[in-house]
Amino acid sequence: MDEQKVPLWRDDRFLKIAGQVLVLLVVLIIAAIMVNNVTVNFRKLGLNFGFGFINSPASFGIGDSAIPYSSTDSFGRALLVGLVNTLRVIIFGILFATVLGIIVGIARLSDNWLVRKLASVYVEIFRNTPLLLQLFFIYTVGFLSLPRVADSMQLPGPTFLSNQGIYLPWPTGSVRTWIALALLVASLVLAAVFWQRRLKVMELEGASGNGYRNLLLGLGAVALVALLGLEWQAPAFANAAVTGGLHLSSEFGALLLGLVLYTAAFIAETVRAGIQSVSKGQWEASKALGISSGQAMRLVIFPQAMRVMIPPLTSEFLNLAKNSSLAAGIAYGDFFQISTTINNQTGRVIEVVMLVMITYLTINLIISLGMNLLNQRVQLTER
Amino acid sequence: MTTATPPSSAPPLNQIGAAAWAKKNLFSSVSNTILTIVSGLVLIWVVLTLLIWGFTQADWRVIPANFRLLMVGRYPINLIWRVWLALGLIVVAAGLSWGVLARNSRLFDRRGLIVLGIGAAALVIVLALLSDPISIAISLGLLALLVGLAFVGQQVGKVVPTFGNWLPLVWLVAFVIGYSLIRGFLIGRPVKGDDLGGLLLTLLTASVSIVLSFPFGILLALGRRSDLPVIRLLSTIYIEVIRGLPLITILFASQFLVPLVLPPYIRTDRLIRAVVGLTMFSAAYLAENVRGGLQAVPRGQAEASKALGMNPLLTTGLIVMPQALKAVIPTMVGQFISLFKDTSLLTIIGFTELLGIGQTILANPQFLGRNVEMYTFIGLIYFLCCYAMSIASQRLERQLNSSGTPTVAPAATIDP
Repeated sequence: MDEQKVPLWRDDRFLKIAGQVLVLLVVLIIAAIMVNNVTVNFRKLGLNFGFGFINSPASFGIGDSAIPYSSTDSFGRALLVGLVNTLRVIIFGILFATVLGIIVGIARLSDNWLVRKLASVYVEIFRNTPLLLQLFFIYTVGFLSLPRVADSMQLPGPTFLSNQGIYLPWPTGSVRTWIALALLVASLVLAAVFWQRRLKVMELEGASGNGYRNLLLGLGAVALVALLGLEWQAPAFANAAVTGGLHLSSEFGALLLGLVLYTAAFIAETVRAGIQSVSKGQWEASKALGISSGQAMRLVIFPQAMRVMIPPLTSEFLNLAKNSSLAAGIAYGDFFQISTTINNQTGRVIEVVMLVMITYLTINLIISLGMNLLNQRVQLTER
Repeated sequence: MTTATPPSSAPPLNQIGAAAWAKKNLFSSVSNTILTIVSGLVLIWVVLTLLIWGFTQADWRVIPANFRLLMVGRYPINLIWRVWLALGLIVVAAGLSWGVLARNSRLFDRRGLIVLGIGAAALVIVLALLSDPISIAISLGLLALLVGLAFVGQQVGKVVPTFGNWLPLVWLVAFVIGYSLIRGFLIGRPVKGDDLGGLLLTLLTASVSIVLSFPFGILLALGRRSDLPVIRLLSTIYIEVIRGLPLITILFASQFLVPLVLPPYIRTDRLIRAVVGLTMFSAAYLAENVRGGLQAVPRGQAEASKALGMNPLLTTGLIVMPQALKAVIPTMVGQFISLFKDTSLLTIIGFTELLGIGQTILANPQFLGRNVEMYTFIGLIYFLCCYAMSIASQRLERQLNSSGTPTVAPAATIDP
């Protein structure tokens, strides 16, 4: 037996372990050389490493901030403003892009030839040109060429549009607003619960569900009252300026619009592929049952298409989140843009790059987790 | 399944003709009619607005006045023949591939013809505005060369069916020679990175990055599928971190971090740093594409080659990887398209590639306010390039599918 022993250099187990150790060593040595170079370069440039700068005053202004901020606040506060700005764009972007994408995706499968062709032209134009170009176009041509604040355009209702951005009615933020908001959220959550129960009762027991329907109507009324009771403040135009209400800057508007239009084109393709993946028999069966084509889409086809759509949809959402960093191109103060400003002021490259990477990775992780949960819910539960 | 097609009678007269088509596709119901009218009105309004603007208010002189800048940036005028020559090499490679891949079908389908027509027309219009007869002559010559070589390639492909396997090598050789020509590595005066700009820089950065990312992407894909935990972990971390980051942050990091992690005596060009960033970025995505291809290769292939006594290196290199790469060619074209669009982000870190040079020109007081004209032109270039590439990749996909399983009739294409 002993003379049959495999020599060490032909022993698979040894080779595997040795190979891994070798790779690990190479990676570690490269990392060590890099760290060493960084220390040498730092000493030469008179820099040091540390996050202490976060607390020193930022001394730069941010054009658009959702939370109170002044240039005497700290770098940390400035970064927080940037984070809120980024999240604001991502959340609204995902919402609007999904809605628009679904509409365009269904339009691409429409029976109507004109609608179908228009939808494909839209998709091809937006998918085949760079997002940054679209942002430049929307920002400089769409927003900056609007009239000055002094001659703001008034849209229907108390909404004003100028090259400084959009002014919308918005709740004031008093105690009454918060109470109304709580009421609104509570009624919506309850309504969602009752909606599910009503469907269940109707499906499983064949009940009419009228009781639940009345309950839902009542909740709707409560929600409507709460919505009106938010204490809206309308923007007012006086002395060549607009005051009050919510001010969304042109940069925010352009970035949001650009992201929505671009991402919606990709989502439309996902939706189209998802719907086409549902077998034709499902359409025919629902037609045979006498369901209208709109209902068939809503109740039969779309829920099945969802299963195919969610994984690619997730990556579109992640792309939107990542693309929100193009804000730097049109000077919207998002997390990345503010980070580069801080880098220019303090020269703390490594710290800034670390912060940026951790932030975007975290945002992406949260979106993926959320979508994975959704994915688990819509997947077919096989018995 | 070969069943004889039953004899069919001609469709009833009321089902053919323009009126019947319109009734079926535009006015089949009340809601459809409303939809048609509304979208038709919107379409007419948009087209009219654009036409009126384009012919009365727009001032297109900004394009011909800066055409050279937009195409090649500040590339030395007396060396411009190098760019033409490199373009010629690419045209040779493209023409041959087109012909060889279409050896069993027609060279032109309807959509390809439309794209080619639009491209040629746009070229002629722009060059006519330039009133530069030499450029017009060379461009038309190159176009003729493209079509001519396509025919040649088709014939060669019919005689030597294995010629297709050498196409990647043709492309690589054309690319390396073309790149050395443009930068002046082998012959004559070298051209500085800062002198490159416009569409030339866009194409160069995109193609150099994708070529350089190839070996890394393949290694990472193999690493992620490896059964050695350390290697798998390292590859997975790299791929997932890079894919979780926006490209602009990677470009930013590569601009500022690369000089810090290198020893002080190594100086890097900022163009090289940008290409490093793009390569790192695209390697992670390429790795995922290749991994998809590896998963598509049936396990039996690897087992069979093991049974024949091949070691893991040979199995991967000769059996699994070629099949995997062939399966993901269309995906990789898609990745190239998105990288081509993504190079526009170089504008943000101060490069004068196609979009960046557009911004520079717009900042010139002489051309102030000509944004729509400039962006439309740049957008058109991007659109034509991307759309042509995506059509090419769709054709490629069909060709590869049909050549892999020649007995199966092509599936009905779903094209709404």
